[in-house]
Amino acid sequence: MTKRVLLIEDEPNIIEAVSFILSRDGYDVKTHSNGHDAIEAVLARAPDLIILDVMLPGRSGFDILRDIRANEQTADLPVLMLTARGQDTDRDMAERYGASQYMTKPFSNADVLATVRDLMTP
Amino acid sequence: MAQSQLIGNRIRDRRVMLGLKQTELAKQAGISPSYLNLIEHNRRRIGGKTLLTLAEHLQVEPALLSEGAEAALLDGLQVAAHSQNAHAAELDRTEEFAGRFPGWAQVLTALHQKAETLEQTVATLNDRLANDPHLAASLHDVITSVTAIRSTASILVETKELEPEWRARFHRNLGEDSRRLAEGAEALVRHLEAAPDTDEDVRSPMDEMHAFLAQHNYTLPFLEKSMGDGAIPHLVAQAPDLATDSARRLTETWLRQAHSDAQILPMRALRQAVDVLGLEPNALARQLQVDAPLLLRRMASLPSDVYGPVGLVICDGSGTIIFRKQVPGFSIPTAAGACALWPLYRVLQSPLSRVAVPLEQSGSQHSRIMSYSLAELRRPAGFDGPALVHAHMLLLPDHPEATAERVEHVGSSCRICPMQDCAARREPSLMTGAE
Repeated sequence: MTKRVLLIEDEPNIIEAVSFILSRDGYDVKTHSNGHDAIEAVLARAPDLIILDVMLPGRSGFDILRDIRANEQTADLPVLMLTARGQDTDRDMAERYGASQYMTKPFSNADVLATVRDLMTP
Repeated sequence: MAQSQLIGNRIRDRRVMLGLKQTELAKQAGISPSYLNLIEHNRRRIGGKTLLTLAEHLQVEPALLSEGAEAALLDGLQVAAHSQNAHAAELDRTEEFAGRFPGWAQVLTALHQKAETLEQTVATLNDRLANDPHLAASLHDVITSVTAIRSTASILVETKELEPEWRARFHRNLGEDSRRLAEGAEALVRHLEAAPDTDEDVRSPMDEMHAFLAQHNYTLPFLEKSMGDGAIPHLVAQAPDLATDSARRLTETWLRQAHSDAQILPMRALRQAVDVLGLEPNALARQLQVDAPLLLRRMASLPSDVYGPVGLVICDGSGTIIFRKQVPGFSIPTAAGACALWPLYRVLQSPLSRVAVPLEQSGSQHSRIMSYSLAELRRPAGFDGPALVHAHMLLLPDHPEATAERVEHVGSSCRICPMQDCAARREPSLMTGAE
């Protein structure tokens, strides 16, 4: 069965590139590009994995992650966080809020792909 | 005595320069050689007729012998000595040094002043790097563009069979992102190259407000008069320094507060009281029967050319500084968090307390500042929300209450504070030797 990935990211060309490489690897990729209603998108799409940017318009990725972990429908979802901020504090926050993995921009496609595969492996 | 020490040195130096023997000069001046010897070794005070006679025979203006080294030069040397390690310099021989080697003394003083200026620049730049939202936004744009380019380029290079429409799409994306990267990099360079004090510098609304107030020396006489509702907005709208709406709103709020304060405590009444009681917040509050926070704000608007510098820092309940009036010798960070040891934050924790304590800032130990801190309840606690408190800290340089015995050592902000083993440190210092 095709695994579903929800990419929550606001930068169109990053969305396009990441969607492309994941689709080529066989994933069903859906995208969402703002923080306001990201949690509604998660509930509606019911993905198997979420790739979540930190800096989103309307709402921070950390806040969205916290809501994901607080909701019993989504609490166990693997979440890969992407951020342009490589500071230790961000890394700490990602871990504290329950990110499954954390990647700092600029990332390599191979790393994203490998991490998604890894997180999808039961 | 200190003044006379220089006179002796100068007389001797001048005599030696002219090639006169002590006995010759003594004879010409009509004094005994042993008395001249005592004068030259600074063991006798000299003035009046003897000074005039010696000056005449040494062919110099009497003032050149009597005035000694410039007071500013001596002050500069003292400051330089204290900024390093007062115990390492022979402070008791400062005047002798300045008198004997005025050129070297000036070099030393100038170097110290240069170092202080550079430290201030480091502090300003450091503030910007650590907390500048414009810089963070520029960096974010650049990193985002780089990420998109890297990812897209990888696809183009690594995907063996890429459909033409996808290839064209990714090429177009690459073009877009590379242009955006170039623009972002240019913006970043422009931002980093802008010196802290240039017009090109990107300033926060709070910076704009402070620039406006500083331009008026924090003394705005028109606020003393009663005025219509539209007067302050009109003034703010006309101020060229206030370029953003946020800055205009902030300034308008502050000016309204200042105007309200001035109606309760007119400047004339405050000045009359200060002329009698001095810059003593306790005595002034009792005499003038006004709220202490209002009094501190009004004291900060006293004309500095009459009463000397009066500084003020106000923070809200989060500790964020919302008003700062700088005084020499006490650095108030513009963007980075301030030192947690400031009494400003102590009164925030205990809003009913008042703290009067002399402060010395690490790294600029040349000044001891008297501080008076208290909190003001801006909104009482209710069932609909918490109490809102503002803390005030008045700063008075060269105040008689600022004695060494009670002094508390504090910093400016952690990143530029050299204080070692500080329990309040929240991040490492850039300054050598700090933990």
